[in-house]
Amino acid sequence: MLILECPYCGVVADETDLHGGGEAHLKRFGPGSSDEDFQTYLFHRANPKGVHFERWRHVSGCGKWFHAARNTMTLEVYGTYSAQTYEPPKAIINAVIKKHPEWEGYK
Amino acid sequence: MSNAVSALQGASFDGYCKVEEAGLVGMITLRGDLSSAGVAKAVKAATGAAMPGQGEITEGAKGRAGWMSPDELLLIVDHAKAADFVAAASKSLAKEHALVVNVSDARAVYRVTGDAVREVLAKLSPADTAAMVPGQIRRTRIAQIPAAFYLTDEKTAELICFRSVAQYAFDILKDAAMSGGEVGV
Repeated sequence: MLILECPYCGVVADETDLHGGGEAHLKRFGPGSSDEDFQTYLFHRANPKGVHFERWRHVSGCGKWFHAARNTMTLEVYGTYSAQTYEPPKAIINAVIKKHPEWEGYK
Repeated sequence: MSNAVSALQGASFDGYCKVEEAGLVGMITLRGDLSSAGVAKAVKAATGAAMPGQGEITEGAKGRAGWMSPDELLLIVDHAKAADFVAAASKSLAKEHALVVNVSDARAVYRVTGDAVREVLAKLSPADTAAMVPGQIRRTRIAQIPAAFYLTDEKTAELICFRSVAQYAFDILKDAAMSGGEVGV
């Protein structure tokens, strides 16, 4: 069972209280972008075996979207953070690097 | 105006905990900047309660104020007075980016009483009810529907859900509180 702490209401919620929203930190390519960028934005997603950044919504709780950094292989959670950001905060990056010094970065 | 009726009109069930529908309860959703003085004043005026912090529910002379999300409160008041409070709060918050809506008739409220009230809730929701204390409110789910509940004392919990699923909520609460279903027997 995946358990994440919602950064907005401080509740430690399990998977059944949450709704997954896929990969986090995507850059949107909308009208006016090239077909290739648009296609990549719409369809191409990272599917790593290891460290992954995801969007989650506390759907039956406060209803807010937040981000989580976790490991898809070990199910270890490195931390959750506000969705009002373009990239993972320093503290989260440091938590990942501490566990996986060889990690190649979030992009 | 037509006669106001609550969802299950006070239905009740006796198991190892008692489950009863609480009848008509006034409920107001207030959304806005919870740190603003205007919102705190409106909460005080409607319920007499202080502004609740994250995950808290406070009690005042006229009602309760529960923290629902970083920008949302639920005010629990007398059903007959809810409309007046909404009108007053809408007026006092007219200059702020805020929303006040009377949701009394869109919800159903249940009261669960008994020594094992935490067990009954724990059977239905993923919340850690053993760690809950009176004064905390938890928005979560019970079985397949969203719900919010809080303890008013060690033996009493109040649970709020949507009116459209009132019967379902009552049925699963009954099932969880049925005699012979005690945990650890």
